[in-house]
Amino acid sequence: MSDIIKTSDFDMEFRDEVFKEPDADKITLCFNCTGCTSGCPMAEQEPEYNIRKFLRMANLGMKDALLNSPYLWYCTTCYKCQERCPQGVKNVDTLLKIRTIAIDNGIMLDNHRKVSQLVIKFGHAVPINDDAKEKRKDVGLDDTPPTVHKFEDALGEVQKLIKITGFDELVADKEETS
Amino acid sequence: MSKLSFFLGCIAPNRYPGIEVATVKTLEKLGIELVDLKGASCCPAPGVFRSFDKITWLALASRNVTLSEEMGLDILTVCNGCFGSLVDANNIMKEDPGLKEEVNKILKEIGHEFKGTIEVRHIIEYLSQEVGPEKIKAAVTIPMGLNVALHYGCHLVKPSKERHLGSVENPRFFDELVEATGATSVDYEDKMACCGAGGGARTAVLDTSLQMVVNKLEHMKAAGVDCIIDACPFCHLQFDVGQTEVKKKFDKVYDIPVVHYSQLLGLAMGLPLSELGIDQNLIVNEEFNKKIERIRGGANE
Repeated sequence: MSDIIKTSDFDMEFRDEVFKEPDADKITLCFNCTGCTSGCPMAEQEPEYNIRKFLRMANLGMKDALLNSPYLWYCTTCYKCQERCPQGVKNVDTLLKIRTIAIDNGIMLDNHRKVSQLVIKFGHAVPINDDAKEKRKDVGLDDTPPTVHKFEDALGEVQKLIKITGFDELVADKEETS
Repeated sequence: MSKLSFFLGCIAPNRYPGIEVATVKTLEKLGIELVDLKGASCCPAPGVFRSFDKITWLALASRNVTLSEEMGLDILTVCNGCFGSLVDANNIMKEDPGLKEEVNKILKEIGHEFKGTIEVRHIIEYLSQEVGPEKIKAAVTIPMGLNVALHYGCHLVKPSKERHLGSVENPRFFDELVEATGATSVDYEDKMACCGAGGGARTAVLDTSLQMVVNKLEHMKAAGVDCIIDACPFCHLQFDVGQTEVKKKFDKVYDIPVVHYSQLLGLAMGLPLSELGIDQNLIVNEEFNKKIERIRGGANE
């Protein structure tokens, strides 16, 4: 038996927020052909990840159910669904917009938080380590690449940029509250 | 001689540096000079950053683009993720005056300004469009008689409205470059399927992400290939590290070597094995190494 959807759960302000992403309002054109989900390689592994359903929920303004779904974070952004949609729905771009709204509402996976913090600290999501330095030398390279890893001023620019946009606060460790 | 700046990204220089060496040396042989893009950062990783905050993603990517604008050079990437992030950001900044103004206010604070004067290129589409398979074939000294499973990866060709590289279901341009090295690009089931790493999925839900790579590996194994050829260090990591993970987690063993196209080109141009870093992968397959040795004869070091 399906769950009953209550109109009292519809939050049209949330829908308006999603529609701020260019062409996100194309989800209103969806006629449920399911071309997106039937080709989705993630849905093949995890049927609970259903991009069509997620975009329908966004269109109905089902903010809480959508933002709190753990499956929101399963999309690999392969764009297969977006390419196949006969209605020109921007499936992936719209999903990414929904994710940013989840983040603004404090919903963030710890592992993603950690990756973001690596970029703030080192300027790289996958920073250098001792093993990699040895590997670099073994193939005849300098042990440090000519990126922010080598130029402190450049790392300073990246860190300043992140402070200006407030990204450092956005992904800061949360104070444990009981 | 053509000249581009070389955007390294994270995973190539910091995990698989053989890709970095192979790219510089093989392109030099094709008359393309790569200049260091000094002080570049993470592209930043589109899966996490676009999911978190569009302005931070756009500003960091735009900063990387401005570094190359200041040198008056187009950017070359060897990674689908970096390509996706930088091309998409470059296009948005060129097409959306409002976002451009907002981001330029931020960039001004750190001494840069996005002007919109350069293009972002990926090694595969660049070689395909600017060099062509015939010229590559002519530069090959040791035709690599290998049967390979070619993995395009997603963000090289998609979204097609941004990439303009033709069919996303049955593209041919990368196959042509592989075949120019003397290798055979073997057809396999669901060839265009995603490796499972992108979108922050590998970070968020590793086991499910690995199930996707298992699917690909099963199809590649069924096709009986010597190795995988990719054009993205993140796909590369998913295939290489991923094979060790699926062995531990799901008791599945494949031992399929993982080779970036630049490394395949290096093999075919007779570059010393010691510079190509293929043996730095976690997956080392002795049978494959012997086959390379047989094909290259005296060219190994």
